[in-house]
This record gives sequence, C-alpha cells and structure tokens, in this order.
Amino acid sequence: MKAARVVALGLGAIACGCSGNQSALHPYGAPAIHVEHLIVGIVALCTVVWVLVMATLGAALWRRRQKKVETEISQQWLTMTVTAALALTVILIAGMTIASFYTTRAIGLPAKAALTITLKAQQWWWQVTYAGSAAMPGFQTANEIHIPVGQDVQILLESADVIHSFWVPSLAGKQDLVPGRSNSLLLRAEKPGVYRGQCAEFCGLQHSHMAVLVIAEAPADYTRWAVSQSADAIMPAGPDAAAGRTAFLAKPCAACHTVRGTAATGTSGPDLTHVGSRQTIAAGLVETTRGSLAAWIADPQTLKPGNNMPMVPLTSFELQDISAYMESLK
Amino acid sequence: MTRSKDGELRDTALSDRELKRALAVTWSAPPGLWGALSTVDHKVIGRRYVATAFVFLALGGVLSMLMRLQLAQPEARFIGPDRYNQIFTMHGSNMMFLFAVPVMQAMAIYFVPLMVGTRNIAFPRLNAFSYWIYLAGGLLLWIAFVVDTGPDVGWFAYVPLSGPQYGAGKRADVWAQMITFTEVSALAIAVEIVVTVFKQRAPGMSLDRLPLFVWSMVVTSFLVIMAMPAIMIASTSLILDRLVGTHFFNPAEGGDALLWQHLFWFFGHPEVYIIFLPAVGMVSTIVATFTGRPVFGYLATVMALIATGILAFGLWVHHMFVAGLPRLGESFFTASSMAIAVPAGLQIFCWLATIWAGRPVFKTPFLFVIGFMVIFVIGGLTGVMVASVPFDTQVHDTYFVVAHFHYVLVGGAVFPLLGAIYYWFPKLTGRTMSEPFGRWVFGLIFVGFNLTFFPMHILGLQGMPRRIYTYQPEMPWSGLNMFISLSAIILAAGFLLFFIDAIRSARSGAVATANPWGASTLEWATASPPPPYNFARLPVVDSREPLWTEPAELRVAAGLGVDRRELLITSVAEAVPEARESSVGNSIWPLLAALATTVALVWSIFSPWAVVWGSIPVAVSLIGWFWPKGVPEDES
Repeated sequence: MKAARVVALGLGAIACGCSGNQSALHPYGAPAIHVEHLIVGIVALCTVVWVLVMATLGAALWRRRQKKVETEISQQWLTMTVTAALALTVILIAGMTIASFYTTRAIGLPAKAALTITLKAQQWWWQVTYAGSAAMPGFQTANEIHIPVGQDVQILLESADVIHSFWVPSLAGKQDLVPGRSNSLLLRAEKPGVYRGQCAEFCGLQHSHMAVLVIAEAPADYTRWAVSQSADAIMPAGPDAAAGRTAFLAKPCAACHTVRGTAATGTSGPDLTHVGSRQTIAAGLVETTRGSLAAWIADPQTLKPGNNMPMVPLTSFELQDISAYMESLK
Repeated sequence: MTRSKDGELRDTALSDRELKRALAVTWSAPPGLWGALSTVDHKVIGRRYVATAFVFLALGGVLSMLMRLQLAQPEARFIGPDRYNQIFTMHGSNMMFLFAVPVMQAMAIYFVPLMVGTRNIAFPRLNAFSYWIYLAGGLLLWIAFVVDTGPDVGWFAYVPLSGPQYGAGKRADVWAQMITFTEVSALAIAVEIVVTVFKQRAPGMSLDRLPLFVWSMVVTSFLVIMAMPAIMIASTSLILDRLVGTHFFNPAEGGDALLWQHLFWFFGHPEVYIIFLPAVGMVSTIVATFTGRPVFGYLATVMALIATGILAFGLWVHHMFVAGLPRLGESFFTASSMAIAVPAGLQIFCWLATIWAGRPVFKTPFLFVIGFMVIFVIGGLTGVMVASVPFDTQVHDTYFVVAHFHYVLVGGAVFPLLGAIYYWFPKLTGRTMSEPFGRWVFGLIFVGFNLTFFPMHILGLQGMPRRIYTYQPEMPWSGLNMFISLSAIILAAGFLLFFIDAIRSARSGAVATANPWGASTLEWATASPPPPYNFARLPVVDSREPLWTEPAELRVAAGLGVDRRELLITSVAEAVPEARESSVGNSIWPLLAALATTVALVWSIFSPWAVVWGSIPVAVSLIGWFWPKGVPEDES
C-alpha cells in the first residue's frame, strides 16, 4: 500500500515536471543569438519575396482583360520582366549565402575554450564527464551540465551506441553524437538560468524522453558546484537512508551504477554519487523527489517503456529506504 | 483489302473502320482474368499503377491520422513508442517509395506514349513486370506492419540503429528489401520512358517540340537511373551487415556510420526532384491548357528542368549539416542548395508570365495549380532557409523541417498530381470528374493543409523535435499540437471527398469527348479512353502544339502493318522515321518472373542461401519470358 502511495506521489510529480527554456526564438547564448538574428533576417526577406510573388500571381489571375481582342502583350516585355526577376533571385540567394557563411564563422569554436566537457550519449540518457585538474579530481554526472556564465565552453560529443543529437536551442544549434567519431560544439550562456534540451536524432524507443538540462550559473557558484560534485558520496544521516545504502549495495543496483566512495562501481547506468542534487531523473523525465525516485525505481518500464533499467523486485520498505538514500545523495 | 507484295497487311490498304477493327484484334488483350494478368498495354498497367499508388496514399494518410491522434495531447497513451516508431517509419517509407515516386512514374507510363504519339511503351513486358514487383514490395511492407514486424528505424534507416546490434528482429530487413522491390520497378520504368521518348516519338516531334510533361519525365528518368543505384548499394550493404555479418557500417570494425548517410542522401535528395519534376511537368501542362496559350519560355523551362536535375546531385550534404562534417565543405553545399532556387524560381516566373499573358479558366485542375503556387513557394523559401548551415542547426530534425518538406512534397507534388487527375481523368476513364465536388475537394485540402502544416514551422522553432511519440506537458507545445490534429481532420475530409468523387465519377460521371478541355497535346487526339492501339493512324507533328496549330485534321503517318503489333521508330533528335518495329504481345511470363523474384527476395531476408536457390525459378521464368513462341512479333 505504502509503495502504491509513493508511486502515486511520483506520478503526481510528473504532472508538474521540470521547467526550462527550449526555444530557438528565445536565445540566451552567443551562438544561438547569432543564429536567431540570421533566422529573423532570412524569414523577413523570404516573407517579402512570398508576398511579391503572390501579389504578381493575384494580379496575373484577376487583372482586367479586354473583352474583344486582347492586345498581345509584347514578348519582349515579358522576357525582360522574367529576366529581371531571375537576376533579383540570384542576388538575394547570393546575399543569403554570404550572410549564412559569416554566421557560421561567428558560431565556430574559439581557439581556446575556458572549459571542456565530454558528453557521451547512450540510449536514452547523457553521461557528462568533467576532467580533473590540479585542484580537483574529475567526476561524472548525468543529464545535467553545469557551465559558468559568460565563458566559452567546449562540449566534446561522443556516442556509446547509436547516433544522437545534442540540442539546447536557447544556447546553440544542434550537433550529432556519432559512434566512432568525436564532434564538438561551442556552448555559452550570457545569462544564468536552466536551459532545456533534448535528443534531436531519432535513436530508438525512448528518443522522446531523452532530455538534458544545461544550468548556467555565476563562475563562483559553478566552482562551488564542481567541487561538491567531485567529492565522494556522503554517508547518509537518517536511519531510512542508511538502511537504503545497505539495500542498494546488496541489490543488483550496484552492478550498473556507481556511487563514489562505496562498493558500487557499475558503469552502464548513470553515476548516482550526487543524484539527489540533480533537478531531474531519467533524462529529464521527472523532477527529483523522494516520490518520483520511488516511482522510477519501483517500475521504470511504465514511466519510460523500453529503457535499459530493469525492474528490481523490492519490498516496500526497501523501496522506501533506497529512495530516501538516493534523495540524500546531494 | 489488298495485301502488299510480301503478304503483309498495311494500314494504307484499309478504310478507317476496317483499320480500327483490325488494329483492335491485333492489340487487345484476351478478355477475363487471363487477359488482366497477361496484358502488356501501357494504359491498363498505368491505370493499375495509379490506382494502387492512391490506395497506398490512403493507407499512409490513415497512419498520419493515427500519429495526430497520439500527438494531440502530451504524454498520451493511445499508441506506445514501439508501435509509433513503426507508424512514422511506415508513413514515410510508404509515401516516398510506394506512393510519390510510383504515382509519378505511373502517370508517365500512361501518358508519355500517348503524348509522343506511339502505340505502346518501350519494353512492354518489363513494364508489366515492374508493376507486379512494385505490388509485391508494397504488400511485403504492409503485411509486415500488420503482423507487428513493420520497420521502426525511420524511412532513412540510419545505422547503427538499423544495424545488427540495435535493430533486432527482421524489421529493418523488411525495410531494406522493400527498397529493392521498389527500386527495381522504378529503374525499369525509367529505362522504358527514356527509350520511348528517344526512339518512339511521332514523326516530326523533334526534341524542341516535346511536350513539357514529357521533358520533365525524361529528366526524372535520368535522375532515377543515376540516383537509385546509390540506395540499392546502401540497402544491400545493410542487409549484408545484418544477415552475413559484414561490417560496412560498423565503426568498431573499420566501417563508418556516416557512409550510410552519404549513400542514402546521394539518393535521397534527388528523390525529392524525382517526385517534384514530374509535378512541374503537370503544372506546365495544366497552365498551358487553362490559360489557352503555350507556356512562356519553353527553352528556359526545359533548361530549368535539366539544371534542377543536375544540381539535385550536388546538395545531399545539406541533410548532414549537423553530423560533424568540416564547416568549409558544408558552406559549399549551402551555396549549391540555395542555387537550386534559381531554376525553381525561373519556372515560377515563366508560369506567372504565362498566366499574365493568357486568359485563365478557373476549373478544378487550374485551382490546384494556384494552390500549388501558394504552397510550393513557401516550401521553396523554407528550403532556402534550411540550406543555410547555421539556420539548419536550429531547425534540423524538428517540426520546422516536417512543415518544410510537406509544403514541398504535398504543395509541390500532390497538388499538381490532384490537378492532373482532375485534368486527365476524362482520358483515363472516358468520364469527367465533378466540377462542384472538385471545388470542395480543393477548398478543403487547401485550407486543411495550411492549417495543419503551417503551425509546425512554429513548433520546430519552439524546440519540438521530430519523431517523438510524445512530449511532456510542461513543454509549450500542446495547444498547437491539438490545433494541428483538429486541422488534419479537415485535410482528411478533403481527401476522402476526392476518393468518393473519383470512384463515383469513374462509374457514372459525365461521358467525356476526345478533347474536353481544348488542350494542345497528342493524348487528346484520340478517343477518351483511348483504344488499345492508341492511334488508328500515327500522328505527324510539325509544331509544339499540334492540336492548336492545326485546327483541321492532324496529318498522319501511313504504311504500318496491322497484322502484328507494329510501331514507328524515329531518330533521337529530329524524330525522322527510321524503321517499323514490332511491339511484343501479351504474356503471363512477366507475372511469373515477378513471383519468382518476390520469393527469392523475401526468402533472402531470412537466409543468404535464398540468393542461390531462389535464382533458379527466376532463371526459369526468364527463359520462358524470352523463348520465341512463333507469333508474328517474334518472327519479325
């Protein structure tokens, strides 16, 4: 019964879900802003062209024609008009090609980025790896990328299985993650905020539920976040969470997931060391709450049919404890 | 009746009535089922092809309505991800491979021989074979779908998702083998059209007098011949990867996932023009007839067709702008993709000039042409947008692109096609479709189409990707999606009305005369529907508009035999008569060969040995096909 209530709570959490901005028309990063200018310019130009063509069509269809003998329109006049229209087309096309070329140059990667993050997509979530430095060991997280505001961030894009595409429209255009290749993309946010993106290349059953959040924060906040993420998991304080830790390590969970500082070192699922600090679970599917965690752990196949997490049989106490443990992993 | 010296009966010896009776005996198929299965008449096969393609259009339309049902609300549970992925894959594959390309070629099978004034298409038995193979490919795909083995990897079947590791079961194999069926049939028709146009034209129909629809089909056929091999190599390599463990596309073993995309789009982009160029020919035909004057700028229009055909092969990379290719190379493809707007624009300007100078008659076919212009120009302009690399990085694989290519393919090809059906229906069936019905059909489809697809541009820019079976309620997309789904009902009603009108008119529409619209081209010089031999006496042409410039009787060629199926071979450029040539008679062997081929191809989904053992019945049927049977056509 209790488990059922927790599941119900979790489903409730889906209804409110996560928030975020995901629109090419609301750009908050330099690359997306450049592209938005291009979009607005080309769309405006094309609208004018369309209106002109339609006006000509309308005039051609409904212009007044003499009842009796139509004075034959001079062939020469028609030829000149068509030629002029064609010349104008060539000029417009050339102009848009050049504008496009300059925008391409503007959104390219700079020679040196402030930060490089490796993003590895897999069916159907995102593994995020931050390289270590002298001050701080490297770490992994999932489905959530933190970046410092106002800095150029290079994202290295790789795939573990099929082709995916990384697309956070408010920050930048998309780029594919192709197995056997390494692509890269410039990400830059001008304003702190949470920017949502989702996989844009069809990648199988749960292509629809493969979201990613980019969280842009002030450089100091970003550094604080990175330091806390690089630390091992904390020992849980409450009795529920402590029991959850024991159950987690005893059950098959640890075969796929890593919780740094414990015996759990599986790598086929997301790193859970700080899962409680992430805004969402299951690649943007639901907000991280104890209820949604329980709903997910109890029955991952109902929330996201076809995903690679199996249903692990748990008693309602175990389910509650493990959810409490996950939530405590801030 | 007098026979010539060699005992042959020539048309010169017969009165018109005797000639028609004698030709009917020579050219008819036997009555009943046997005749239906063994006929090689291009008109029967063409009509069959068109009807089958429209059945697939209706089925594809049902799939799209299912998708709209699922997408009307966020996190809807009408259709699960597994079935949804099959549905959108089927919709795309069905519309491209079983409807759009075949229906255009089918119209050519019917009308090109009539428009160039000959009695049958070149290689009539290959033509029959092509239809049966096409039908088998369509049945394979749909039966697989019904038994839950429909392909679920997208109509583009990107590896590695469609490869052996991630595409479990036989779903991707069904898709790949369906490609083989439809490409074989498409290649066969392309070859027939090229030979028919280059060698069987009416005397005097030099290349600069070719009707524009025929020109468009010639260019299209060359595109088919050059583009289809790429996809056949791709799909065959995919089958090999899946069936016998080759590694063409496996990066872990030295293969390359992007190789698939290059091969696929080297075919896939010309494919768009394979669908669009015939429609351009239809528009030119309809514009000329309903403005009462030849299309302005014949040479410019033909050059635009050829230029489009050539450029079509130079822009496949714009489908791969976000795959991670070098940026400089991509900029080249931006320029080439934008450049194709120049010949497309030229065509539009020529039609506008024609309408301007002519006197438009607002009949249903012409309404569809007006709808075409309004919609296709939008599709062309959004095409210019996606040609730009930076623009494309935001809209690629989103609903913006869904909107774009429906504007191009429905606006650019289906509108002209529906206009062409209304236009040529009297010739196809001998009856006319209803004009009041036609206006309703046009109105519903035009309004429904725009309401359905225009908002998708906005959805795409708002970040909605393609090929998702659902979306989360917090995304700001639900309102527009509901609006789109409701609008789709208007669109579907329009198509439903079209089908009702077509079926009703075919049975009981007003009986049509030979040339009800007062058109200029040769298909209107014979009865509606044409007799099995098309023309009792083959026409001779000395202008671009033979039925306009010669209000009196057409001049005709004389001296053809009537005892056997005989037609006239003329020279490539000037259409000077060169020889009398026999055209083959009816045969059941194309059907048997198609059956044997079908068994071999379907079997090879399951075992590579099918290629060995399955080839034996194919060889037997081909021997039967070509074995001389002592009929007059074989003797000549």
